[in-house]
Amino acid sequence: MAGKVHVTTNVNGEETEFLCEPRDTLLDVLRDNLGLTGAKEGCGNGNCGACSVIVDGRVINSCLALGVEAEGCEITTIEGVATSAGLHPLQQKFLEHAALQCGVCTPGFIVAAKALLDREPEPDEHRIRLWLAGNLCRCTGYDKIVRAVMDTARTMKETV
Amino acid sequence: MHAFDYVAPQTVAEAVAVLSENGSEARMLAGGSDIIAQLKEGRRRVKVLVDVKKIPEANELSFDPEEGLTIGAGVSCCDVYENEHVASNYPALADSTELIGSIQIQGRATIGGNLCNASPAADTIPTLIVLGATAKTAGPDGEREVAVEDFCTAPGQTVMQDGEFLVSVHFPAPAANSGAYFLRFIPRNEMDIAVVNAAASVTLNAEKNAFASARIAVGAVAPVPLYLPEAGEALAGNEVSDETIEKAAEIARQSARPITDMRGTIEQRIHLAGVLTRRAVRGAVERAG
Amino acid sequence: MPGEDFLGIKDYKVLGTRPIRHDGVDKVTGRAIYGADVQMSGLIYGKVLRSPYAHARIVSIDTRKAESLHGVKAVTTVNDIPVPEKKIEDLGEGAANMVDLRANVLADGKVVYDGHAVAAVAATSAHIAETALCLIDVKYEVLDPLLDVREAMKPGSPLLHDTLTTESLGEDTGTASNVATHFQHKLGDTESGFAKADVVIEKEFFTDTVHQGYIEPQNATALWNPDGRLTVWCSTQGSFTVREQLAGLLQISPVNIRVIPTEIGGGFGGKIRVYLEPVAAILSRKSGHPVKMVMDRDEVLKATGPTPGSYIRVKMGATNKGKLVAAEAYMAYESGGFAGAWAEPGAMCIFAPYDIENVAIDGYNVVVNKPQTMAYRAPGATNAAFASETIVDEICERLGEDPLEFRMKNAAKEGTRRADGPTFPRVGHEEVLKAAMASDHYRAPLQGRNRGRGVASGFWFNVGLKSSACASVNVDGTVSLVEGSTDIGGTRTSVAMQLAEPLGIPAEDVNPVVADTDGVGETDVTGGSRVTFSTGWAAYNAAQDIIAQMVERAAKYWEISPDDVAFDDGTFKSRSDPSKSLTFKELAGKLNETGGPVVGRATVDPQGVGGAFSLMIADVETDPDTGKVDVLRVTMVQDAGKAIHPAYVEGQMQGGAAQGIGWGLNEEYWYNDDGELTNASLLDYRMPTCLDLPMIETIIVEVPNPGHPYGVRGVGEAPIVPPPAALANAIYRAAGVRMNVLPMSPGNVLKALWNKNGS
Repeated sequence: MAGKVHVTTNVNGEETEFLCEPRDTLLDVLRDNLGLTGAKEGCGNGNCGACSVIVDGRVINSCLALGVEAEGCEITTIEGVATSAGLHPLQQKFLEHAALQCGVCTPGFIVAAKALLDREPEPDEHRIRLWLAGNLCRCTGYDKIVRAVMDTARTMKETV
Repeated sequence: MHAFDYVAPQTVAEAVAVLSENGSEARMLAGGSDIIAQLKEGRRRVKVLVDVKKIPEANELSFDPEEGLTIGAGVSCCDVYENEHVASNYPALADSTELIGSIQIQGRATIGGNLCNASPAADTIPTLIVLGATAKTAGPDGEREVAVEDFCTAPGQTVMQDGEFLVSVHFPAPAANSGAYFLRFIPRNEMDIAVVNAAASVTLNAEKNAFASARIAVGAVAPVPLYLPEAGEALAGNEVSDETIEKAAEIARQSARPITDMRGTIEQRIHLAGVLTRRAVRGAVERAG
Repeated sequence: MPGEDFLGIKDYKVLGTRPIRHDGVDKVTGRAIYGADVQMSGLIYGKVLRSPYAHARIVSIDTRKAESLHGVKAVTTVNDIPVPEKKIEDLGEGAANMVDLRANVLADGKVVYDGHAVAAVAATSAHIAETALCLIDVKYEVLDPLLDVREAMKPGSPLLHDTLTTESLGEDTGTASNVATHFQHKLGDTESGFAKADVVIEKEFFTDTVHQGYIEPQNATALWNPDGRLTVWCSTQGSFTVREQLAGLLQISPVNIRVIPTEIGGGFGGKIRVYLEPVAAILSRKSGHPVKMVMDRDEVLKATGPTPGSYIRVKMGATNKGKLVAAEAYMAYESGGFAGAWAEPGAMCIFAPYDIENVAIDGYNVVVNKPQTMAYRAPGATNAAFASETIVDEICERLGEDPLEFRMKNAAKEGTRRADGPTFPRVGHEEVLKAAMASDHYRAPLQGRNRGRGVASGFWFNVGLKSSACASVNVDGTVSLVEGSTDIGGTRTSVAMQLAEPLGIPAEDVNPVVADTDGVGETDVTGGSRVTFSTGWAAYNAAQDIIAQMVERAAKYWEISPDDVAFDDGTFKSRSDPSKSLTFKELAGKLNETGGPVVGRATVDPQGVGGAFSLMIADVETDPDTGKVDVLRVTMVQDAGKAIHPAYVEGQMQGGAAQGIGWGLNEEYWYNDDGELTNASLLDYRMPTCLDLPMIETIIVEVPNPGHPYGVRGVGEAPIVPPPAALANAIYRAAGVRMNVLPMSPGNVLKALWNKNGS
C-alpha cells in the first residue's frame, strides 16, 4: 500500500496542500487535517447533508468524496461563506428567521442553499424544498429554513 | 475504512493496465456514492480504486441528431439533466437522474456508476433499457458494446470481466412519435431507494392513437432490473387505451419476482409493478403525443 | 405564588420579542464547537466493538491481538468498570439503575441487542482503532431473540435477565419475568361507567420503535489525569447528569469530575444517558492520553436509546349526549434490553385531555432484545395519544359530533382530576380548542378526492427540577449570565430574556454562557420542557438578587437609606427625593466606587409546573394505488403559557409536529427474525425531508402558568403528541381506513386498503 498522498487544492480561495491516505474522505481531511470543522458528519453515507461543501460549483457530500479527489479543485466550505465584509445574506436571514435550533445541520443547509442561489437566484418554495431535500434537519420542521432561503433570495434580488 | 491505493489514469489504456494488474481487487471510482459507502460499511474490499474521471472518453457528453447521445462513465447526473439535448430528446433520462439521491449525490453520482453498481433498484437502469442504450466497455481484449438489458447479471454483478471497465453509455437517436418516461415509488418524496421503479418508451403510429412499438422495464422486483419484452409486445399494434395499457401492467405483475425487505413486501412490490408500469406507459404516451 | 403579580401583564419590553440568538453567528458560520470538533494535544481515538447478535451469552473475549497492534494504546471491557452497588440515580428525565447502566455501556456476560457494546479500543488513529476491533476475538453462545412485547410477556417466555423480577404495584413480586414493572391507575368505577355509555369502542394499537434522530451522533472526549481528575467533553442534555452517572459508574467523587458540555446537535431526550463517556474515560486512564470517541450513524440507531414500541388496547365509552363516561387502557411498552419506565408518562397523558369520571389504566414495562429505550420528546405520550385520540375520533363519527366541539364538551380544565392523581391547576386546554375552531385552517373547506382532515389533542405535564444561574453586572450596564442548561434550541436567549426583563435592559445587553459542572451550580437536564421555565426562573431570581444589591449601592451612593430606594422600569430612584435617579446602566458605572462588582445568583427547584395542551389539524391526500400519504397542510395549536421568544416557541411546535409526522408516516425500526436491525441508516430510517412537509402553521395560545413569575409553561414536548393520531384521523376521512398501526407507511396503508376492499 502506498502511504500518504500529497494533494494541492484550493479551499475558500486559498491554495492549500495536505497529505492524506487514499481512504480519508474529503470530510476527514477538511476537519482533521485542515481544522475546518464547520462541515459536520451526521451520517457518513450521504443521507443527511451536514457535510455539504461546494466543489467546482457543485454542492456535494464531502463524506462521500475522497480527499485525494480534491487535487486541483476549488472548494468552498461554510468557513468561506462569510467574508471580511460580514455575514452572507443567507447567514443573516437564518438568524433573523430563527431558522436554526441545535445548529448542527445549519452549515450544511447554508452551503447547499448558497449553491442553489448562486445558480438560481429566484427559486420558488418547491424548488427550494427539492434542492434542500438532501439536508436533514430534525429540530425545525424546515419551515423557518425554507422561509429564510426565500427571504434571502428576495433580499438579494432587491440589492442587486 | 480499510486501506487502499488510489490511481487516476489519464487514458483508457492506462486504466485497463492497472485494472488488469490488480484483477478483482481493483474497482473503478466514478461519483463514489455507492463504492465509498460500501467501503465504509465493509461491504466491499479493494486494493486499488481507479478514478475514471480523468479519462477524456469518460467525460464525454455529446449528442448528434443521427447518432444519438453518448454519456461518459464519469459524467455526473447534474451534468446529464442540465444538458439541453437530454432535456429535449431524452426526458426520461432526466427523470431518472433527477431522482437519484439528493442534489449533493447528483453532483457526483454517474449513470455509469449506477449501471456498474448493478443494484436491482437502480434508478437509471430501467430508463437505459427502454431507451435501447448500449454500454461500451474497455478491457484487455479491447472494446465491446453490450445492450444494457444484458449488462447486469445479479445484484452487484455485471458481464464485465476483471480488467474491464465501463467507458460510456450510448443512446440511439429518438424515433419520431416516440416518448419515454421513468418513475419510482418511494415512501418519502426524495432520498429513498425505490420500492419499485419502472420505465417505458413508446413509439406511436402517425395518428398517435396506437402503439407502433414499446419497451418496458421494471426495477426492484427481481435480482436485476427486468426488461419485459412481452409487455412491450402487448402494446405494439394496439390502440392507446386503458385496456391495452392494463395488459402491459398485468405482464409486469406476472413477471415480478420480488423479495420482502425493509423497503417493501412481495405483495406490495408485485402490486406496484403494475401500478408503475401503467403510469410509466401513460407518461410515455403523453410525451410521444 | 411569586408570579401572581405578573400574570396578565402584556406590556413587556423584552419578553415576547424576537431577538437574534446570542450564539447565532457562531452557528451560521460553522465556528460553534460541537463534541466531534474537540481537539487537543496528544489526542487518540476510541472505537467500540459491538455485538452482531441480538441475544447471546459472551463465552470469552480475547483482546491480546488487538493490544499488540502497533498504534493501539488501550483496550477495555466491562471488567474495567467497578461493580456498582445496586443503586438508582435520578436523571431528571428518567432514572438509571447503575448495574444496568454498566452492563449497557459494556456488556457484562450477555448481549441483549444488536449493536450492544462489548469492548473498546483507543489508538493513535481512528483507522487503527477500527482495524484493532477486527482483532478482538469474541465467542458467543447465540440465543433466540425476543422482539415483540407480547411474546416477551408470555409466561414461560425465555428470560432476558435471570435476575429481573416483576415489580407490581410497587411491590417486588419475586417472580422472574421479562415484565419489569406493572402499575395501575384507577379513578371511579369503569364497569358502571361503561354501563352508562351508548357508544363503546375498543381497539388494539401497535406502534414501532422510533429514534429521536438528532443529526449529531453521540460523542465524548475524556482526559483522566494522573492526579485522578477526569475531564469529559461531550454532547449532552445535562452535564451534571453525566457527572452523576460517571461518579456512580467509575466510583469516584464528583469533585474529581469536570464535565464540559460542548454545543449539542439535538437530543430530544436521547442524550441524557451516558454511552461513550465512561468508556472514553477508562481508555484515557489506561492509555494516559485524551481519548475522543464519536459514534457512526449505525451505532446511534442500533445502540443508543430510541423510544419504545408498544402494544396498547384502549376502550372508551360515551353517552349519546356526547359525554365521555369511561375509559380503560392496557399499555405494554418495550423497555429494550434493560428495564425502563416509559409507560408511566404515557399513562399520565393518555386520557389527560378529558374530564372522565371512570378511568382504569394498566401499564407494563417489558424487556425485549432491542436497545434500552430512552426519552423522546413527551416520552410515552405519543404512542398513547395515537390510541386514545383515534378512538375519540371514532366516537365522534358514531355520534355525529364535530371533533373539536366534542373535545370542548369533555375538556379537562382547572379542577379536573387526572387518573394518575393530580388535579389540574389553571390550564389552557379550552383556549387551545377555541383557537383551533377559530383557525383559518379549520374553517377552510378541504376539497378534492382522496383528501381528508383530522384533528387530535395532546398533553404533556412538563417538569421543573433544579437550575442555577449567576449574573455579573459589567460597568457599562451589560450583564454576563452564566447558566448550566445546555442549549439545544435557543434557550440561552430565552433564559437571558428573563434576566433582561426585570433589569430593564435589552436582551442583547445580556451575554449568556453555558458553563461546565465546575462553573455553575447544579442544573438538571435540558429536558421535560423545563429550561425556559426553570432556568429562566433562576435567571429571573438572579436579576432580583442584582436589583436588591444595586438598591443598596444606590443608597450608598446617594447616602440615603436603602428603604428609600425604589427600582422601577429600569431606573433606581429615591422615593423621598425625585431628583435622585439613576438608570440601571448609570448605576452600573458607579459600582466600583460603591464597593466593587455586583453578582446576582439564584438556584431554583420550582414546583409550580404548568402542563401544556396541544392540538394538531392535519390535511392529507392518500394515493389509493400505492397507500402513500401526502401531508397537504398542518396547523399546530399549543398553550405555551407566556411565549418568551415566540420564534423559538414556534420552532419547538414546528419541530415537534415534523417529528410526529415522521413517526406517524414512515419511521420504524426494521428488525429481521434474527433481531438484526436492517435499516440502521438515515436512508432507510426515513425521517421527513423538507420535501415531505408543508409549511407548519402555528397558533400560540398564551394562558399564563400561575406557577411561574412570567407564566411560562414549557413548549418542547407537547407538540409531538397529537400528529400520528391527527394523521390517522385524516387518513380515515381520505381513504376510509382506520389505522391502528404505526407507522402508517405506504405498505401498511395499502394493506389496510386491501383488507377493507377484501382483496
